[in-house]
Amino acid sequence: MHPDASALDLVLTGDPTLLAIVRLSLAVSLSAVALAALIGIPFGAVIALMRFRGREAVIVLLNALMGLPPVVVGLAVYLLLSRSGPLGSWGLLFTPSAMVVAQTILVTPIIAALARQTIEDLWTEYRDELTAMNIGPLARVLTLIWEGRFSLVVALLAGFGRAAAEVGAIIIVGGNIEGFTRTMTTAIALETSKGDLPLAIGLGLVLIAIVVLINACAWLLRRAGERLAG
Amino acid sequence: MRAMPADLPIRLDDVTIRAGAVTVLGGVSLVIAPGAPTVLIGPNGSGKTTLLRVAMGLLPPSTGVVTWDGVAEASPARRAIVFQRPVMLRRSVESNVRYALNAAHIPSARHDARLAELLSLVGLDALALRPARKLSGGEQQRLALARALARDPSVLFLDEPTASLDPAATKAIEDIIRAVSARGVKVVMATHDLGEARRLAGDVVVLHRGRVVEAADAEPFFHSPQTAEARAFLAGDLLL
Repeated sequence: MHPDASALDLVLTGDPTLLAIVRLSLAVSLSAVALAALIGIPFGAVIALMRFRGREAVIVLLNALMGLPPVVVGLAVYLLLSRSGPLGSWGLLFTPSAMVVAQTILVTPIIAALARQTIEDLWTEYRDELTAMNIGPLARVLTLIWEGRFSLVVALLAGFGRAAAEVGAIIIVGGNIEGFTRTMTTAIALETSKGDLPLAIGLGLVLIAIVVLINACAWLLRRAGERLAG
Repeated sequence: MRAMPADLPIRLDDVTIRAGAVTVLGGVSLVIAPGAPTVLIGPNGSGKTTLLRVAMGLLPPSTGVVTWDGVAEASPARRAIVFQRPVMLRRSVESNVRYALNAAHIPSARHDARLAELLSLVGLDALALRPARKLSGGEQQRLALARALARDPSVLFLDEPTASLDPAATKAIEDIIRAVSARGVKVVMATHDLGEARRLAGDVVVLHRGRVVEAADAEPFFHSPQTAEARAFLAGDLLL
């Protein structure tokens, strides 16, 4: 990134450094959302359908974890992955992988909690039909996830919003290394602290545009899907 | 369809259903035998839906015993039910039926043939690819019937299958019920439409306040009901 270039110039000329930052940001956040969906949706569905002692406490905890402070997650992942930590031998600290791990931890409770609520509501509606059809527990989970797919898109978007906007965790575990672990949010934090406000603002606008674009695409997909599936 | 129903007779012996302090069904004893449709009639809240659920095996009695062909823990594999407001899966008509075929463990090699047969039976062949939730009320009821019949049931329970349908949609449903019954499937249905009961019933069970007040073959019942409640219901009086 040329130090004198305005934010608009960087965007319009497709500055390679800026593009690399955007690419990494999207790769980290989308990977985290994908992993969190793989963990969170089935987990939320199981909590929605199972009855066990302490279930309500699990739901309260899950809902509370939606507000996990990113810096605390960053610190925990840092301690896990640091050289003297239990997973230090994996050598992941200050890599994009560490950033994905931290964001997955942040996003999973959001997706799981929203999926739990969605699927529990669906279960109220579908219970009689699925019971009458003698559908087993695993098939119930899969059926309700599929039936709730349009609502679950919103859960994924909420998770993506959290991941894309987050800076506290990834700056701790990624280290904000130029060309390697620098994302839009960590770059904005850095440029602001350096006093390069135009660049920080430019990056912020790019970030907002990307989030809006992804939400718009998801909305269109959802609308198209609902039109086709009813 | 199978010629001989397997779950019949269904025998309810002194069955009571309680929901908290409320007795929804009280001491119901009833035998549902093979043959023409058994129609449950009675005002709202008389226990028709609850009785259907008990006979289907969805609701265990608080007290009393239910047996299917003499077996208390009989598998529900050969029983099917269509609820008053069936829930359509968010997928096409065809996929709804395929889902039911899968749930009934019908071998996938037979799915195409069964699908065509069922959609033809309920008159939805032309709408196979339409989203189920975009169908009219009558079409949704017919799709629910196709899904229930995908199980190849010996007994089919129907809860007010024509409630709030217009005459044409009602006739379409009743034609399917007759066709299914003619193939040897025992139909047990709840209705508070007396005309429908007259058109379809082989025998009638009158429920009032959670109790069976009369059970009889349709013809003598409609000709000369034996109880005051049945007479009042047939006369169109408000049965409270």
